[in-house]
Amino acid sequence: MERTLTFSEALHEATAQEMRRDPRVFVLGQGIDDFKGFYGTTKGLVEEFGRDRILDTPLAEDGMTGVAIGAAMAGMRPIQTHIRMDFMLLAMNQIVNIAAKARYMYGGQVSVPLVVRGVIGRSWGQGAQHSQGLHAFFMHVPGLRVVAPTTPYDGKGLLLQSIRSDDPVIFIEHRMVHFQRGHVPEGDYTVPFGQARVLAPGRDVTLVGVSHAVVECMRARASLVEVGIEAEVIDPVSLSPMDFDTLAASVRRTGHLVVVDSSWAFCGASAEIVAGIAERLGTTNGFRFVRMGFAPTVCPTTKPLERLFYPDAADIAEQACRLLRGAASDWRPARIEAPEILEFRGPF
Amino acid sequence: MLLERLYRSLYLIRRVEEEVARVYSSDVILSPIHLSIGQEAISVAVCQALAADDVVFGSYRSHALYLAKGGDLRGMLAELYGKATGVAKGKAGSMHLLDTSVHMMGSSAVVGTTIPHAVGYALALAMRGEPRVVVSFFGEGAVEEGVFAESLNYAALKRLPVLFVCENNGYAIHTPQQARQALPDVCAKAESLGVAAECFAELDAERLYHRTSEVVAELRSGARGPVLFECHCYRWREHVGPAEDFAIGYRPRSEAEPWLAGDSLACLARKLDPTQRDAIEQQVERQIADAFRYAQDSPWPGAEELYTDLFA
Ligand SMILES: Cc1ncc(C[n+]2csc(CCOP(=O)(O)OP(=O)(O)O)c2C)c(N)n1
Repeated sequence: MERTLTFSEALHEATAQEMRRDPRVFVLGQGIDDFKGFYGTTKGLVEEFGRDRILDTPLAEDGMTGVAIGAAMAGMRPIQTHIRMDFMLLAMNQIVNIAAKARYMYGGQVSVPLVVRGVIGRSWGQGAQHSQGLHAFFMHVPGLRVVAPTTPYDGKGLLLQSIRSDDPVIFIEHRMVHFQRGHVPEGDYTVPFGQARVLAPGRDVTLVGVSHAVVECMRARASLVEVGIEAEVIDPVSLSPMDFDTLAASVRRTGHLVVVDSSWAFCGASAEIVAGIAERLGTTNGFRFVRMGFAPTVCPTTKPLERLFYPDAADIAEQACRLLRGAASDWRPARIEAPEILEFRGPF
Repeated sequence: MLLERLYRSLYLIRRVEEEVARVYSSDVILSPIHLSIGQEAISVAVCQALAADDVVFGSYRSHALYLAKGGDLRGMLAELYGKATGVAKGKAGSMHLLDTSVHMMGSSAVVGTTIPHAVGYALALAMRGEPRVVVSFFGEGAVEEGVFAESLNYAALKRLPVLFVCENNGYAIHTPQQARQALPDVCAKAESLGVAAECFAELDAERLYHRTSEVVAELRSGARGPVLFECHCYRWREHVGPAEDFAIGYRPRSEAEPWLAGDSLACLARKLDPTQRDAIEQQVERQIADAFRYAQDSPWPGAEELYTDLFA
């Protein structure tokens, strides 16, 4: 029988396995050793590996990122965690000015094998400062790898890949992705950077979703069948480098592209995805596209506005249908519930 | 009379948060809440010693501060419920309270980030020669952030009229202070940066009030540079959410016992004349019932609100 795990269990397994295999690996972050175990992903690790390798840190994002960079330069393989991606903004200088550039500017003498895990904290009224998807900031900077896996399989394989990478990796996890369940092999395997995953085939339209948005794209795909539209769903998995070849090949066939980000569209990953595909297809092979993401405003806390702020599966399906059938299409799919959002309860 | 004022404010805050905790499980508040139950007396005592136009900044744990500063109870509850009648039209929720009408100038979900704003506000007051005082409230976790040292250094350098109030409840989420700080002495840290500091080992509202009044008078007269108060206290409930969490095991209930026994609300209650106390409590209970009803009955913000206030 197929062995399934949730995404957070998959990250837990990858971390434990790699810590057993490689004594250079250690984890540091606020509350990393507490009973919640960083959304379950580090639960019990302190019992197995001790407090020398599972390090609870002070509230000092900037300083501790520098500490992790120093340890990485010394040959260790730190994994740093942030319960909200928003807090990575306090460490921007260390990540952008040092981690991303050290190897290059020191002429290849050092590397910074650091993994920074940042959680997008959507749901339950997280509001303006606890919900941001900031991956585009990091994608902008050469020298950083940026990944945002969504299947448990990719979660485990990419975390192993990230830890073993000699370069700094920004590893982005959506809170709602933590609950995704799927096949995960028990053994050791890696998923390479720069390889997109086709989650479902289709001939009419290509749906590309970043992080949790791809889960919603899968739901949208199921409802599009109702109106005879077959959508191909692709998870880029790795945002930098980005596997434009897989994306472009799909759009070449379907001629239609809907990109849905777990962030804002303006100057975001979706702009890059569309541009990268256009560059590969050229102007002769025109394709039609639409970009979707957070509403271009600050994330409100109140429920009715929060609902409008995030595109959902029905919005995606509706947009895809209009893209194919024209603006006159008045098909509006029935509400497509996202159980992970529906069932999520606070306080956290 | 001081005792009455302190009691009224403290009773209101305690009961409001108890009610917030009670209704939370019914999902009327669809957002994280951080309760101050057990440590409210700090905000109450300090704010009673301030003038109405003195300024305060806080953290995501600021229900007590907002109400102590004279904030609008109806507006705060409506904000927690996410309603259009909230102080920020439902856009802020519990974590980002700000109300210019009572000179509460901000609170942030990102630890430590409002500390420099208090310094900057004080800088502006000093530039304009306005004899007002700014108070910055934060937890002992914020002291670990770089911005704490940067802000205190600058406030001391410029001798700005800021009172820093560190509410030291001993924990950042589930991690005790000793596991995070080699020198778990906030006063010593402040002094090393040039800020005079005083430690309050017990939660005594009257004593804190009197000392704040003295310090605020000196700050207002421009006679001295910034001051830090380290006020020891205890968080009775979980870090985020409404419940008690002693069963989880990161802190023993026995540790809370002395704080529960020394409850500032009960201490003040004992000093008040019972009939007077009853009168205050009845008035406040009516006010609370009205405010919850108001929050419940208020409308949701309309869809057009999604984009209002994005730019001036
Ligand atoms: C910059 C930043 N880092 C981490 C967090 C996550 N976090 C939220 S509250 C908290 C603990 C803060 O403790 P303290 O300052 O003592 O305040 P208390 O909650 O005890 O009132 C942490 C680590 C955050 N909100 N902001």
